[in-house]
Amino acid sequence: MTPMPTTFILHINGAVHHVASDPDRPLLTVLRDELDLTGAKYGCGEGQCGACTVLIDGQPRRSCVTELSSIGGKEITTIEGLARDGRLHPVQQAFLDAQAFQCAYCTSGMIMSSVALLRTNAHPGPEEIVRHMQGNVCRCGTYPRIVAAIRKAAGS
Amino acid sequence: MKIEPERYELGAPSRYFFDLDRREFVKLFGGGLVILLTIPGSVTAQESGAHRGSGEDLPHDLSAWLKIDEKGAVTVFTGKAEMGQNIRTSLTQAVAEELHVGIGAVTLVMGDTDLVPYDMGTFGSRTTPTMAPQLRKAAAVAREMLIDEAARTWGVPRIGLVAADGSVTDPKTLRSLRYEELTKGQKLLKTIEDTVTLAPAAKWTVAGTPVPKIDGRAFVTGAHRYTSDMTRPGMLHAKVLRAPSFGATLKMLDTAEAEKMPGVVVVHDGDFAGVSAPTPHEAERAIAALKATWTTTPQPRGADLFTYLKENASSEKGNEEPFVKGSVADGMAAAAKKLEATYTVAYISHTPLEPRAALAEWTEGKLTVWTGTQRPFGVRAELAATFHIPEDKVRVIVPDTGSAYGGKHTGETAIEAARLAKAAGKPVKLVWTREEEFTWAYFRPAGVIDVKSGARADGTLTAWEFHNTNSGASAIRHLYDIPHQRIEFHPSHSPLRQGSYRGLAATANHFARETHLDEMARALELDPVRMRMKNLSSDARMAAVLEATAERFGWGKSHPGPGRGFGIAAASDKGGYVATAAEVEVDLASGSVKVVRLVAAFECGAVVNPDGLKNQVEGALVMGIGGALFEAIQFDGGKILNPFLARYRVPRFADTPEIEVVLLDRKDLPSAGAGETPIMAVAPAVGNAIFDATGFRLRALPLAPDGVKQTSLTSS
Repeated sequence: MTPMPTTFILHINGAVHHVASDPDRPLLTVLRDELDLTGAKYGCGEGQCGACTVLIDGQPRRSCVTELSSIGGKEITTIEGLARDGRLHPVQQAFLDAQAFQCAYCTSGMIMSSVALLRTNAHPGPEEIVRHMQGNVCRCGTYPRIVAAIRKAAGS
Repeated sequence: MKIEPERYELGAPSRYFFDLDRREFVKLFGGGLVILLTIPGSVTAQESGAHRGSGEDLPHDLSAWLKIDEKGAVTVFTGKAEMGQNIRTSLTQAVAEELHVGIGAVTLVMGDTDLVPYDMGTFGSRTTPTMAPQLRKAAAVAREMLIDEAARTWGVPRIGLVAADGSVTDPKTLRSLRYEELTKGQKLLKTIEDTVTLAPAAKWTVAGTPVPKIDGRAFVTGAHRYTSDMTRPGMLHAKVLRAPSFGATLKMLDTAEAEKMPGVVVVHDGDFAGVSAPTPHEAERAIAALKATWTTTPQPRGADLFTYLKENASSEKGNEEPFVKGSVADGMAAAAKKLEATYTVAYISHTPLEPRAALAEWTEGKLTVWTGTQRPFGVRAELAATFHIPEDKVRVIVPDTGSAYGGKHTGETAIEAARLAKAAGKPVKLVWTREEEFTWAYFRPAGVIDVKSGARADGTLTAWEFHNTNSGASAIRHLYDIPHQRIEFHPSHSPLRQGSYRGLAATANHFARETHLDEMARALELDPVRMRMKNLSSDARMAAVLEATAERFGWGKSHPGPGRGFGIAAASDKGGYVATAAEVEVDLASGSVKVVRLVAAFECGAVVNPDGLKNQVEGALVMGIGGALFEAIQFDGGKILNPFLARYRVPRFADTPEIEVVLLDRKDLPSAGAGETPIMAVAPAVGNAIFDATGFRLRALPLAPDGVKQTSLTSS
């Protein structure tokens, strides 16, 4: 049987959205297919690659395995919500400066995970960066540049 | 030896086809200046170039075009696709260089079959050596025409006029005209031949510099739309019913329950079954509601893979003749040391982070498909053949794509989306799941490589026999001077669907060769670098990267600490030369291996974008660690056993060593591509380093999926 949709009130990037959906639906598909916020990417659907990473109350979360019903009134931040008045977030700028991407499909998730790290640890060392970022995959292999970008953002 | 180095890169043969005639061209491009570049000679020798057999207005071998409109905007059209190799940037640099405009003035239209010249595809590291010079030639001609135009306007001789920064200036009078002033009111269509001379690399000012990725801001803000991010009005989402195993056919399908679901369109056509629905979630539910009965067929066992490949090796050589020089028997007789060993490589998956995706839309009998493919024209041909429509009724558009590595040559997703869109009468988007990507895409071929060699006590190689079964013929030959050789590729029957992978079989062939040479050097108690140099007298470029790597690494000057080892290997393919040195750390108790340092010197002629090139080399080294140490597709009886990222390990942050890249910029040599060759020496360098650390010689890729100790114990 088709479950009954419920209306959820989502707080995303400072705006309020009403979404009618099944409670078990992953946040990622709501962001992408209902709200056209396509910055968070589908990479694996298993929570293994980090391409779908968003912040929920500042914590990095894999939106592909985050059920809608688990979010409640918490504030969701996606890559679209990082820049302010056309000014890039320092982490976004650092990724640009370090050219820390190739195909850049992982970049949104990498940036969101990096932002989350710097919120709790303003000056992470290389090993702390590696440990925190271990769940994000860049198949193009730009890891050294991403580490450099995070360190640069931390220094700025 | 005549081999097909791109054996696995060619899809179905393409029919050369071209859609626009001269009138349409003018209509399409409007006012301004349009340059069409043709390549004289046979189109079959070219990978780019439209050919029409119908004798119409356009040149037969059209390979590139460029337009400067009445506002001075420069648009360049190419059939190549951007997938992260940053060719949108490097090609823009090439055009800006010759046209004497800023980077920002140039826009590239890429991979849109209705707008760009025919192109075989983006593979084989061909963009930089072939497409870049073509676009540069078109740009150079446009610049000269603008100078002509200025000379005519002012009534002065063209000599002495200078084109710079988007203007033509007369240094005598200091008069100046912007390009848009010169193209205004013009309808100039010029066809040129591929005989223009270009600025030498030593004089480059835009090319040769580290220009950042074009549109980088769109990627760090999430604004860029990959195929999987696109929408069209009224678009539905699709799911395809997958067989339980390879070779299974659909015996019966009950669609009743799915058809009852609101907004769901079900298609059952032969062995194909799929659904489209208003949301991905509803499509998932509809596909789960299909009741299918499959007929399966027996499939090979995974455990028997290498025996199976050898037993099924084709005796037909086709046009892949063995390379024979001298007599291996004579060479072996002259050897002081003889070695014989077998190496294997597993199937591995490209795992592009953006899985296959396609958005298909039918409008008045014409099919448009947005899809991330390396072969837009190849996919157009596949779609035309599948739906029995002419190619001019199909348009394939490739948005800048979330990587491919050789894994996106084919059009299966485009076909599936188009079939469902046709039935729904609405645009349909299909995004493969990771599991589908791991199962229904194709893999880097597995293979068995048998090597026999002989050398004198001083390390001079006297004999070399090399047989590659199934994995491929790329770089099967080498640059070492050996008087007696036999080198042969043996195609086989592959239990799994296989195809291109970054570097093709060059990685496998270099792994076997460079590991074997290390074995020989060790057996003769010679330094592996010096032994290679001894046999490389006729190739200075290979020797140069080997020297540069050895020097930067400190080869021979320091010794690894306890549990650590050093290894080195060299590779050459597709016009590029690389040598990689590795330092590994092996925990003998647990068997775990960590690559702690990689040094690679790479040379590919004149460097177009040093930072972009460095990025490519770094990325290839990291990706190479996966195939070297732990990546392997496991299968049995027609099923993939590890079709999830949780069970198929790819390199992550913690696997990344300290990396040093040395770029040898040869401004005196033409630029070659760089997307592939830097991956090729990683695996043998790492394997040789593991031997150095442990004394275990590992001859199977991946080298240590479960750690060194276990691998050695089970394989010995």
